[in-house]
Amino acid sequence: MSSIVIVGAGAAGIAAAEVLCAQGHRPVLIDEAERAGGQGYRQPAPDLALDMRRLMGSEAARYEALHRRFAALTERIDYRPRTLVWAVEGGTLHLLREGRAETIEATTLLLATGAMDRIAPMPGWTLPGVFTLGGAQVALKDQGCLIGRRVAFLGSSPLLLLAARQYRQMGGEVAVVADTTGLAAKARALPHLLASPRTLLRGLGYMADTLRAGTPLLHGVTPLAIEGDGHVESLRLRDAAGREHRFACDAVALGYGLKPESQLADLAGASFAYDTDFRLFLPKTDGFGRARPGLYLAGDGVAIGGADAAEASGALAAYAILSDLGKPNDAAAIPLMRRVVRLRRFQRGLARAFAWPVAQIRAQAAETVLCRCESVTIGAVRAAMAQALGPVEVNRVKAMTRCGMGRCQGRVCGPALQEIVAAATARDGAAAGRLRGQAPVKPIALAAAGDIAP
Amino acid sequence: MTSVQFKRVAERRGARVVLTFEGSAITATSGDSVLAALLTHGLLVRRHEFGDEPRAGFCLMGACQDCWVWSGHGGRLRACTTPVVEGMTLFAQPPAARDE
Ligand SMILES: Cc1cc2nc3c(=O)[nH]c(=O)nc-3n(C[C@H](O)[C@H](O)[C@H](O)COP(=O)(O)OP(=O)(O)OC[C@H]3O[C@@H](n4cnc5c(N)ncnc54)[C@H](O)[C@@H]3O)c2cc1C
Ligand code: FES
Repeated sequence: MSSIVIVGAGAAGIAAAEVLCAQGHRPVLIDEAERAGGQGYRQPAPDLALDMRRLMGSEAARYEALHRRFAALTERIDYRPRTLVWAVEGGTLHLLREGRAETIEATTLLLATGAMDRIAPMPGWTLPGVFTLGGAQVALKDQGCLIGRRVAFLGSSPLLLLAARQYRQMGGEVAVVADTTGLAAKARALPHLLASPRTLLRGLGYMADTLRAGTPLLHGVTPLAIEGDGHVESLRLRDAAGREHRFACDAVALGYGLKPESQLADLAGASFAYDTDFRLFLPKTDGFGRARPGLYLAGDGVAIGGADAAEASGALAAYAILSDLGKPNDAAAIPLMRRVVRLRRFQRGLARAFAWPVAQIRAQAAETVLCRCESVTIGAVRAAMAQALGPVEVNRVKAMTRCGMGRCQGRVCGPALQEIVAAATARDGAAAGRLRGQAPVKPIALAAAGDIAP
Repeated sequence: MTSVQFKRVAERRGARVVLTFEGSAITATSGDSVLAALLTHGLLVRRHEFGDEPRAGFCLMGACQDCWVWSGHGGRLRACTTPVVEGMTLFAQPPAARDE
């Protein structure tokens, strides 16, 4: 029998495992995390007195259902938590579990690796107390902590309002919710957002909540600086009318939407295309999630769609796997396909209502740090490119400046680097090229890599 | 001003765990991440290799690697995804940087 390996036990990976199990398969499900659920349905440790029902709000029922379904699956799959997949070579996956290296062969590989926050650099963003927006939620759900006592939520994302609401509920003070996309752009995106009225209403509800709580809510802001002596003390920004404001705070949650964790897909041989709505290079698949024979991609790791789309696309990819293994097509796949298309269309609307702030990034001052791993400034990248015969493509710029070469492998600086490189050659983001993924996808102890070297 | 970064809002039932960071004892609860333990007691987890500036992690999901701390045994660990263990001896910088 063929071996089916799923990487990622979030909504997408769990839904896929469920469909495969129902047809008598016993997939391997690998996840780096301690507990299943991924980012959206992250489970607190059982010893943490956290009211998840209250925190998940309207999503509580889905959260509970997913974990119930996973609990019913664990005996019927080969579940491997706390296991990092750090490389893919042909059909071989390189794993690291509790400091030990091992490999596993996959004839069928489904990658459901999820996403991380997309970040735009600004003065002061490397100060202690600045965390990603997703990180602000992780601190709460994983550790029962707020990232600060008085938090500013900055960026462009519907999750700014969601996270600010969760922080208020848990007794945190919210200094401001500041979105760089203006209200006019949001109104223009409305027709796309009607593709998912349930989610649109939820978003409007969060907005009403924020206003009712008396939290300042600004649209169309220009971030100026995060300030403080050794840690965050205030956020300075300009509002849409051109007035400057300073908000005292001890933490900032920063997020401009999500970007797929697509490094493994890259190593596994998926091809990529630039997406002009998301302004990111995304892995290419057919409507079911097939990237190439034997390789399937699902969830936010291939196209940002949110938890509901992740779940549907995971099940859909599993039906594609079954069909490619010779099982007749399942009628259940058709409505799933429609659902994924609809939810991803909604997400395209979101990408316009909460836009990647291209002009603001391109206008950043030379001193602004671009790469937090290697401390490379935007000015250093511009200077390298301005030399005679200087590089005009991201991978060359990386080799020359070390921007994107640090331990995060360009996960954090990559999208902004792309805009800075494109701006220097007066082209669009696509022309700057794509930062290539490299093994190991995350730093591993050298001893582990050596264990299996020939 | 504030002298700790994180604010605990949900209590954790579990065994008391004592570790040290930069020579000071910190009391945490079994199940806490190293990062949560350090940031409920202070403002930083490490000093950057270039220019000493303080860092306190960023993504909290194991992606950015900006939360590495150094153990007394010389190895490094990723504070946001590593649970505390009784007796851990941790530092904000690798041994070579500390000796300078
Ligand atoms: C930090 C963060 C917080 C978020 N919080 C919310 C929220 O509160 N509410 C919400 O609706 N949405 C949230 N999201 C959006 C989230 O992307 C989707 O809601 C949903 O979780 C996507 O499901 P998924 O199955 O595609 O991926 P995920 O749920 O992200 O699951 C992916 C899984 O793959 C694993 N993985 C990735 N790479 C590897 C590897 N190399 N080796 C082993 N395992 C690997 C990860 O550990 C993870 O468990 C958040 C996103 C982020 C990045
Ligand atoms: S804070 Fe990003 S890896 Fe730990």
